[in-house]
Amino acid sequence: MRAAFALGLGLSFAALAAALVSLVWTPHDVTALAIAERLRPPSAAHWLGTDHFGRDIASMLMAGARTSIAVALVAVGIGLGLGVPLGLLAAARRGTLADEVVMRGNDLIFAFPSLVIAILITAVFGPSAVNAIIAIGIFNVPVFARVTRGAALSLWTLDFIRAAEVAGKGRIRISAEHILPNVASLLVVQGTIQFSLGILAEAGLSYVGLGAQPPLPSWGRMLAEAQTMVTLAPHVAIFPGLAIVLTVLGLNLMGDGLRDRLDPRLRRAA
Amino acid sequence: MQRYILGRLVSLGLSLLAASLVIFAVIEVVPGDPASYMLGLNASEDTVAALRDRLGLNQPVPLRYLHWVAGMIAGDFGQSYTYKVPVADLVAQRLVVSLPLAGYALALAVLIAFPAGLLAAGRHGGPTDAAVMGATQVGIALPNFWFAMLLVLAFALHWRIFPAGGFPGWDSPGAGLRALTLPAVALALPQAAILARVLRAALIETLGQDYIRTARAKGLSEGQAILRHGLRNAMIPVMTIMGMQFSFLLAGAIIIENVFYLPGLGRLIFQAITQRDLIVVESVVMILVFAVILVTFLVDLAYAAIDPRLRRRV
Repeated sequence: MRAAFALGLGLSFAALAAALVSLVWTPHDVTALAIAERLRPPSAAHWLGTDHFGRDIASMLMAGARTSIAVALVAVGIGLGLGVPLGLLAAARRGTLADEVVMRGNDLIFAFPSLVIAILITAVFGPSAVNAIIAIGIFNVPVFARVTRGAALSLWTLDFIRAAEVAGKGRIRISAEHILPNVASLLVVQGTIQFSLGILAEAGLSYVGLGAQPPLPSWGRMLAEAQTMVTLAPHVAIFPGLAIVLTVLGLNLMGDGLRDRLDPRLRRAA
Repeated sequence: MQRYILGRLVSLGLSLLAASLVIFAVIEVVPGDPASYMLGLNASEDTVAALRDRLGLNQPVPLRYLHWVAGMIAGDFGQSYTYKVPVADLVAQRLVVSLPLAGYALALAVLIAFPAGLLAAGRHGGPTDAAVMGATQVGIALPNFWFAMLLVLAFALHWRIFPAGGFPGWDSPGAGLRALTLPAVALALPQAAILARVLRAALIETLGQDYIRTARAKGLSEGQAILRHGLRNAMIPVMTIMGMQFSFLLAGAIIIENVFYLPGLGRLIFQAITQRDLIVVESVVMILVFAVILVTFLVDLAYAAIDPRLRRRV
């Protein structure tokens, strides 16, 4: 298990490093077209070959990592920022109208798969990376709300929380000072999972044209552009897909490892 | 039992009501109004006014909402602006592709996941378990549309066993099924990976229970005990995931249909988006959400069938 965690950590940091380095350096200019160099297989000059416009695939993957990570990260931020307070509130006011409203609202959002939210938003406002963030972010809200509420409910029955109540602290203050720190490790694990799901969702949305638009580089759009070229030059389709698989795999392995490390009580069969 | 079903029915109705309000509201906030949005910048004022009139946009908002909902209940989803045919007809033509595709994919996912999950649980902690779990990690990380491209590359372009795309219709069921096979496999594999993990975890959880120990004590092997007693008890979490997966497969098919040029709901909705046909977008989204809510309802009923204790609770 230790090896799996190390592999996950390595892959995740590789993706993050590629994205960060691409801010200051890529092997080639991502936007430079060189038609004479089109569809070249991997070589010393172009480590992963070139695409149908002669652009360097390795450079595009590095820049694409930036988009994927940014979209997924902000979407997790939206989920945490809205979902956690709602989950804390629902647990603190268990059985009241507030709890009921939060939980039924969660059910409602769950009925809208993130792709469907993205379709609705795009139909009205047009496609963009921001709309992808909103669509994935909205989908994350009920996930974090549920996880937070579930964990908080069991904490509310414990003695140290009772003690805080007896000491005269209000339920909101107890939620912030005592409940939140105790659910934080769970949120880190869930955050990693939602982050990896966000990367998959972003790739899917930009593949069908609902996410990042040109010239913003994106793994999903690289795959969409590669689709017609797949017989001529399979590498154009293979490398962006591998980038997605390795990043998501890395995050998932890291999430599993973190769960084991941060919270031994969660050490379950899954 | 009746009380349980009644409770679920009420919650089904409320969910549908809330979902329809959300979808209607989103379409309402379109920049400008739906008529001018659908016709684009170059439309003359007369054309816009005519469309406004046809769409009933001059009526008050609550009345239009009621009109829309009442229409849907009666099976009338309005008329597509670009195709000039009832949306219900369009959807019916497309469902003939999308529903069998989702069903086929779910069947494949179950066929892969159950043996894998049972095998891993039966040998948990051993090398077989580790191999199955490793494979599921990769399966979960696979973007299905990329996997679909690899399948096309291998089984359609290299070996030429299955068609690379398109759909010949159901006149020849064999040809129709063949056309849906690669898309169904692409959709199924990542879902099978998730399902196998959930099944394995649920089965291992049951292994610690007294009834499994009793079964082992009366001479059953661990594998037999799992099959005869563990599986049924592990079904509740597995069914929850399967229910979620069916809705996901229906929505996920939207992307896969694009890879294989299948004339399903997904392609309909994308064409509608590019043609700014809001009537089609609104109705198809409502149908997809309806499908998700309906599946949740059916899973709730299935819980009660599997676990008699639930029938007494609401």
